[in-house]
Amino acid sequence: MTDNKNKSDQRKATLDDLNTRLNAAREANRPKQQGGLNEATTYGIATRLVAELIAGLLIGVLVGWYLDQFFGTKPWLMILFIIIGSAAGIMNVMRAAKQLVPKQPHDEDDE
Amino acid sequence: MAGPLAQFEVHTIVPLQVAGYDISFTNSALYMGVTLITIMFFMIGGMRKVALVPGRWQSSVEMCYEFIAKMLGDTTGSEGRKYFPFIFSLFMFILAANLIGMVPWLHTFTFTSHIAVTFAMAFFVFMGVTIIGFITHGFKFLMFFVPHGAPWYLLIILIPIEIISYLSRPISLSVRLFANMVAGHTMLKVFGGFVVSLGALAGVMAAGSILPFAFIVALTGLELLVACLQAYVFAILTCLYLNDALHMH
Repeated sequence: MTDNKNKSDQRKATLDDLNTRLNAAREANRPKQQGGLNEATTYGIATRLVAELIAGLLIGVLVGWYLDQFFGTKPWLMILFIIIGSAAGIMNVMRAAKQLVPKQPHDEDDE
Repeated sequence: MAGPLAQFEVHTIVPLQVAGYDISFTNSALYMGVTLITIMFFMIGGMRKVALVPGRWQSSVEMCYEFIAKMLGDTTGSEGRKYFPFIFSLFMFILAANLIGMVPWLHTFTFTSHIAVTFAMAFFVFMGVTIIGFITHGFKFLMFFVPHGAPWYLLIILIPIEIISYLSRPISLSVRLFANMVAGHTMLKVFGGFVVSLGALAGVMAAGSILPFAFIVALTGLELLVACLQAYVFAILTCLYLNDALHMH
């Protein structure tokens, strides 16, 4: 009887072990939320943020310029898109910076 | 002595004209070939004798593989796994190119210091990711540009901002790699010039060239780090963009 009990205990232990390993494997398959650049050096972070900021502005200028050529509304669309582009650049930087900071458990929840 | 920017010049090696287009074989193309051959040598040579207990060479190849596989799995989950070959080739290509560009004496050419090259890669990534997004989500992918929970009057401003922000991705991706490479190599060359010109001075003054020389040693270390880091950043941002296309936050 004790032998039988032992066996079922053992089986339960292996099942539990399998369960934890399965969960770990499942967890590994899911994308991590903060899969970012938090291990990068400060130099890397700096160049990343600057590039994001400039890229938004640059695209704003380019899009505005092309639309101006297309509609013949020089220079109004370019001015508008420079503003939108700057906003996009700043938003890019905010997003990139958010990825850099590892999420704290007591962080205010962002949706 | 050549100026600090002379190292970025593209020379024609074999002139070639096809249908009015200049497609000459240049030193840039030569080093792309050298990079490919180096990667092939490294990968095939490492996996030639596949041992259960890997040797040094095999385990360095496996390390590269596992590094990218883990990065891709962490950022995109299991759906991203089928894009592994692309991300891996991209990472290895940029890494090898940056590192080959760091080889001294041989006047190696760093083709990642050209915006044409980096932008072509970034644009390819951008188009690919966008197409993947439309294939997986159909026209619902356009909802990616609509932020959740914003009132309708703000959407008029926010949607153009989101679109511009999305369009700026290839620019930021390419400019980052290109600017890092150009800045680092120019700085190395400038300080190299200081060593030569200070060393050419008479007498005790020549000892002054030790200072820029020491700086170069430190800078070379930093540049090696940047070469690896930028390849990593390019690859991980591609993964993040891929994740956006696959899962649409």
